[in-house]
Amino acid sequence: MISREIIESAARLARLKLTEAEVVHFSGQLAAVMEAFAKISKINTDGIEPLVTPTDLSQRLRDDRVEPWSSVDQALAQSPERSGNLFKVPPVI
Amino acid sequence: MDLFENDATGIAALVRSKSVSAVEVATTYLARAERLNGLLGAFILLNQEVINQARKIDDKISKGIDVGPLAGVPVAVKDLLCTKDIRTTAASKILENFVPPYSATVVERLEAKGAVLLGKTNLDEFAMGSSNETSAFGVCRNPWNREYVPGGSSGGSAVAVASRMCPLAIGTDTGGSIRQPASYCGVVGLKPTYGRVSRYGIIAYASSLDQAGPMTLTVRDAALALEVIGGPDLRDSTCSQIEVPRFSENISPKMRGLKIGIPRQFFQSGLNGEIERVVRNAEDLLKEAGAELMEVDLPLTDVAVATYYLLATSEASSNLSRYDGVRYGLRADFTKSPAKTLEEFYARTRSEGFGEEVKRRIILGTYALSSGYYDAYFKKAGQVRRLIRDEFLNVFEQCDVIMGPVTAILPFKIGEKVSDPLAMYLNDVYTTSANLAGIPGLSVPAGMTEQGFPVGIQLLAPHFEEQRLFNVATAIEAAAGMKGRLPDVIR
Repeated sequence: MISREIIESAARLARLKLTEAEVVHFSGQLAAVMEAFAKISKINTDGIEPLVTPTDLSQRLRDDRVEPWSSVDQALAQSPERSGNLFKVPPVI
Repeated sequence: MDLFENDATGIAALVRSKSVSAVEVATTYLARAERLNGLLGAFILLNQEVINQARKIDDKISKGIDVGPLAGVPVAVKDLLCTKDIRTTAASKILENFVPPYSATVVERLEAKGAVLLGKTNLDEFAMGSSNETSAFGVCRNPWNREYVPGGSSGGSAVAVASRMCPLAIGTDTGGSIRQPASYCGVVGLKPTYGRVSRYGIIAYASSLDQAGPMTLTVRDAALALEVIGGPDLRDSTCSQIEVPRFSENISPKMRGLKIGIPRQFFQSGLNGEIERVVRNAEDLLKEAGAELMEVDLPLTDVAVATYYLLATSEASSNLSRYDGVRYGLRADFTKSPAKTLEEFYARTRSEGFGEEVKRRIILGTYALSSGYYDAYFKKAGQVRRLIRDEFLNVFEQCDVIMGPVTAILPFKIGEKVSDPLAMYLNDVYTTSANLAGIPGLSVPAGMTEQGFPVGIQLLAPHFEEQRLFNVATAIEAAAGMKGRLPDVIR
């Protein structure tokens, strides 16, 4: 069951600020969702390793080599605010 | 025959033989898209540069240079794939003004083989949705009846092809987002094997499930497009090193001796009668063509949706943590009331930038991953995922291909299900398991409903066996008589 406390706690962890209306709305909807999803608890998974990626992949390594990248300015231009070659943020710490 | 009635293979042949110029093709489709987009909302952005791209193709052809199998083909790309110097939004307010400094591998490969970029298509925000209604850039409409949803999340790509605004589009499929809108709009849609196509430059939703694929008018185009976009890419560590076969040259619609499994669990209560009729009809067509049909069992079908949503939302909650208002994307306005803490800075930006469905999924995923619930939800879902994959591997010991419906219900009216996320999620019952198992799946148009909506059939094959999908789909395509049917709105 999803209580409003759970919604508020998950929102805090996810860095989301919900309105009171959203908290009420989401707890109702997600309670119904989790009730329907509870059926996976009935599947016997004793001794089963979770599958994290569906195909059998082995880890590939590439050389640790510096490669020039010409779009630094363009990347920085995407920032809401910049100062020279730095991302600028409001004083929050 | 009008130019726009050609498939991509046909267009490329005309351009390569200089029967028509790439500029003429691009001009025709751009004009069509400009005229129809107001009615259908398929594109978030139309690329005016497409004419210049086409001119370069013509220049090369006039110099005798081979420009590739997609010569002059205008392609619509889901606005989830990064396109260098062209705005890419993921249909989210948080990326409203994002202009990527690089292109996705899929986009680079299309352009390297002669395709030109017509525009960026509408989608559910961050690909989270099955109706294209969660886009921050407005709804997208089903061309067969504009009051109905086109499906999602790759709704814009499906609509663009179905209404002949372009012969080829790229979508992405995390839990059915290519196959479901393909079925609802009457086009061919392929979700390749996980790892067949590089995810580099594709904005992540759920990294272990996401896969890009083609949406086309014909099966041969889907095969050709997969040859172009698939294959090893060092920039995506989950991309397989297996080389891509020449699918389009090897299509064989010979069904004799082929074993087609029909999962009993795909026909239980909840399946719309008209959809069932179309599937049963396709069974008859394939039987007549010599295929051997057999019932198979996939008992875990019942828990696929739950398993999928627990894993997908968990991965999403992690992937979307990058949208924090610091390096790129939206930042909330702090000039009047400054944030007191870093947490508040993040939270205000994210709450303003994300839409409702995205917030809902981030919260669900954060919950499934949080201390005290992790074992019961995230870990458990991962374990069930392995069982689901093994179940498919076992069934493929008995048959070559699995066939069934794509969705349980027909297209619904815009707005009808927005307030009931659970009902929306449950419609993904037949599509999510392929993503969990990593196997390829294809939807091919196979019939019409009485109301005049197309219905697709889903085909599933073992990992990296897309050729089998193209073969069976070609047999259905030839027998079902759906090719060349046009929605009235675009005539």
